[in-house]
Amino acid sequence: MKKTISVTVNGVTHQNEIEPRLLLVQYIRDVLNLTGTHVGCETSLCGACTVMVDGQAVKSCTMLAAQADGSTVTTIEGLAQGGELHPVQSGFWEHHGLQCGYCTPGMIMASAQILQRNPDPTDEEIRHGLEGNLCRCTGYQNIVQAVQCAAKKMKSKSVAR
Amino acid sequence: MIPASFDYIAAKSLDEAISLLATHKDDAKILAGGHSLLPAMKLRLMQPKVLIDLGRIKELSYIKEEAGQLRIGAMTTHFQVETSDLLRRVCPLLPETATQLGDMQVRNKGTIGGSVAHSDPAADWPAAILALDAEIVATSARGDRVIKATSFFVEMLTTALEPGEILREIRIPGGKGKSGQAYVKVRHPASGFAVVGVAVNLAADGGKCQSAGVGITGVSPKAYRAANVESGLKGNALDAKTLSAAAAHAADGVDINSDLYASAEYRKQLATVYTRRALEIAASRLK
Repeated sequence: MKKTISVTVNGVTHQNEIEPRLLLVQYIRDVLNLTGTHVGCETSLCGACTVMVDGQAVKSCTMLAAQADGSTVTTIEGLAQGGELHPVQSGFWEHHGLQCGYCTPGMIMASAQILQRNPDPTDEEIRHGLEGNLCRCTGYQNIVQAVQCAAKKMKSKSVAR
Repeated sequence: MIPASFDYIAAKSLDEAISLLATHKDDAKILAGGHSLLPAMKLRLMQPKVLIDLGRIKELSYIKEEAGQLRIGAMTTHFQVETSDLLRRVCPLLPETATQLGDMQVRNKGTIGGSVAHSDPAADWPAAILALDAEIVATSARGDRVIKATSFFVEMLTTALEPGEILREIRIPGGKGKSGQAYVKVRHPASGFAVVGVAVNLAADGGKCQSAGVGITGVSPKAYRAANVESGLKGNALDAKTLSAAAAHAADGVDINSDLYASAEYRKQLATVYTRRALEIAASRLK
């Protein structure tokens, strides 16, 4: 039995008729055509599919689109505001926190959550926060540096305000 | 990986969920956070015809003190347990367990009730629930039924929940006097599950151990209370020698899991070592 859901993704409200077994990541990629969110392991281990649902970073391969009915979702496409990269995005840019880029959307979404909850994390806290995101290229060193850089950017921004 | 087809119903209240479960019986599964159930459905290990989602029932998400107990609603996420000021103050074992569970995204969505009801043999919560001598409240059309944690975990992926029952709440008895708690685990490097996880809840008076709860997960097809470790502690001074001697009984009388990552012999050794470490940390926190 199909089900109608209403989900606000990156500020736009969508109404779609879906099969209950449609995963949130498939809804985002295949129905809404937002392909920035990646499908990696499909077993909630790698974190490539991380998006924010009602402000919480979740693995969208382990959530039904139906569970997101009525929710607000932010994907990697919705992170930059007014044509300006989110501090985590520019941190990854400046510190080259990627090689192939496959894990990057998930890494950035998870990092944004880490900094939202803890604006001044230690390297260890960043690594603990990113336990659910696998990168097979970088060895994580540049990713941690990118997140630290983002933390500094966000702090100086909030001081400026 | 796509689950087999099913009907999805978002219950608006616990009463509605109970009545839906009574209608659909064995065809239905209860969906909490979905972090155990959905992976199993994607692998088609489970193919329920109906999913009853508790996700919209806000009143199942709480952490409170009531009637001398701590009460945690089934839909409370691991993250909410991890960051609860109340729990950090009165029952730090629960936040300490939560922070080692899965990863940040899993903790954001997964729930304590869902995990306990799933009863994965390598899940973290059962160890803590057992060490704390918790009670599990199951509810159905017949009303509430309170089940001791020690009788709740029956077998691998099997609990004492009966058809038609929904896990509604977890109750932790209030501590008497000062307690020392700890959770330590050997984390599987890929899955994050506990290869061995040991939760300890000690109470002492005048330097002697008054009570000891030791819950162990990952070692056996179901989590268990390590009775011989506990009896080796009770009434004794909690010195290094006592802790070490007691910990040697960590895997007494249980079937020990063996898999590609850890043989039974290795797991048994890990259980002994990690029980000793958990006891040492918990004892040091008594002071």
